[in-house]
Amino acid sequence: MNEPGRTDTDSIDVAYVAHLARLQLTPEETTTFQEQLEQVVGYVRKIDELDVTGIEPTAHAVQVENVFREDKVKPGLERDRVLENAPSCIQEQFQVPKIVE
Amino acid sequence: MQYEATIGLEVHVQLKTRSKMFCGCSTGFGAEPNTHVCPVCLGYPGAMPVMNGEAIKLTVITGLMLGCEISEYSKFDRKSYFYPDMPKNYQISQYDKPLCDGGTVDIDIDGETRSIGLTRIHLEEDVAKNMHFHDSSGVDFNRAGVPLMEVVSDPDMHSPEEAYAYLQALRQSVLYAGVSDCNLEEGNMRCDVNVSVAPAGSSTLGTKAEIKNMNTFKGVLNALKYEIARQIDEIESGGEIVQETRRWDPDRNVTSSMRTKEDAHDYRYFPEPDLMPVVLSIDQVSEWRAALPESPRGRRVRLVEEYGLPGYDAGVLVADKSIADFFEAAARKCGNAKAVSNLIMTEVLRLLSESEKELADVPITPEALAGLVGLLDAKTLNSNTAKEVLGILFEEGGDPKVIVEKKGLTQVSDSGVIDGFVAQAIAENPKSVADFNSGKEAAIQFLVGQVMRMSRGKANPQMVAQLLRDKLT
Repeated sequence: MNEPGRTDTDSIDVAYVAHLARLQLTPEETTTFQEQLEQVVGYVRKIDELDVTGIEPTAHAVQVENVFREDKVKPGLERDRVLENAPSCIQEQFQVPKIVE
Repeated sequence: MQYEATIGLEVHVQLKTRSKMFCGCSTGFGAEPNTHVCPVCLGYPGAMPVMNGEAIKLTVITGLMLGCEISEYSKFDRKSYFYPDMPKNYQISQYDKPLCDGGTVDIDIDGETRSIGLTRIHLEEDVAKNMHFHDSSGVDFNRAGVPLMEVVSDPDMHSPEEAYAYLQALRQSVLYAGVSDCNLEEGNMRCDVNVSVAPAGSSTLGTKAEIKNMNTFKGVLNALKYEIARQIDEIESGGEIVQETRRWDPDRNVTSSMRTKEDAHDYRYFPEPDLMPVVLSIDQVSEWRAALPESPRGRRVRLVEEYGLPGYDAGVLVADKSIADFFEAAARKCGNAKAVSNLIMTEVLRLLSESEKELADVPITPEALAGLVGLLDAKTLNSNTAKEVLGILFEEGGDPKVIVEKKGLTQVSDSGVIDGFVAQAIAENPKSVADFNSGKEAAIQFLVGQVMRMSRGKANPQMVAQLLRDKLT
């Protein structure tokens, strides 16, 4: 089974990806990005030409592991300063449009 | 037709760390909104997470307690979604390399023990809390970034009661492991429920519904009872179950649809580039394994063997770790384990449940309970007055000996004093005396009761009964 948003062919479902990213695209933009993204993916696909048999997948280029912090509390930010960044506040909280579930 | 339900649970447990999962902000509960926050947990661009090593350790300890396989190599991933509780637009979680795989939770159901399989345990960050106002919502980031351990069961349960027993057994193990306070009121344990029904004996599962964000065990029990019946009704009446997320309404006792699978999330998991993998050495895991606390089941067996308790007593005491600790401390002090167990099971647990308190909230100490058992054993107190003293210890604490002296509760075993009461009871209740003499054995209990009342509960009841019999025959 394919993952959502991917198809058997090389094409990318730009409209779907845009929806996931909450981007509104015009039909023209969709066509433009379709071409551009396919070029990007085509370029990355060059990696497929390499023989990676026996190589463990990794998400990092450097061999570093176990970077831990001690469980110690450090003071955070002053609330007034934090809420200065909020477009609006309600009862010392970030105000957002009403969440309807 | 007969149907069988299949249930799987995802339980989120807040770990007992002082600081958050990826930053040094406090995890303390109940602070003013947005006072435990920093650039990392507020999701500021460029802020870098650093793993709390203690959270890794607590998750692995839980995995070891539950017989999971501990992953040598584990990593974190980004789970992408848009919601006001998560300003980064992704939650740091674990996708394909969780810290723990497999494992079991043993439950007792209908007099049998069943092992419920676990799929995995992974670690993630909690999200912010939303408050709903009249025409907007507010976001408080104090909880955002608190370490959450997610325990995922296999679809291995088949009744609401099994799911309930599983939650209790899991909570017990987590409490024994000492990795979480498991305080349900504070949202330390929250649960997503997956449930489907299919004709009994069917080899395929039915379409499942997910009930999100349950925070009481009773709620899970009731929601499952409702949901299973709803799904069966739906199928029986020719309908079809749609895969969807449902919400439990505890006031109306129903579940209702939140969203169907059509607009289900595509989380686009990918490795978190800001965090390096966790690689646990065999030595490290062995060290944690060697230091594991006793399991609830292990303790139950030990209480039977070490203190000669019946299995039933051991099960009741072990259910709550603080009660079992209290029992052991008191039993070691006074050496009469069964008497300690009896007082805890009958009186202490009753008083706790009536006052809706935890043992930690009341002043009675194990030493005081041991002292009380000593006074009972020495026949200084009878069981009635012992209950009275226990009530005082429960409310005010103190030393039982001092209370007994102050209140003048010492059991009266002086036959001279009791004789007087016995004579009076016989004189005042000729009918009962006649009944007893004509063979009604029960009548003597009434007379004993009269004497006890006259002595204000302090007479030695065995002695009263004996003296009455001596006088009447």
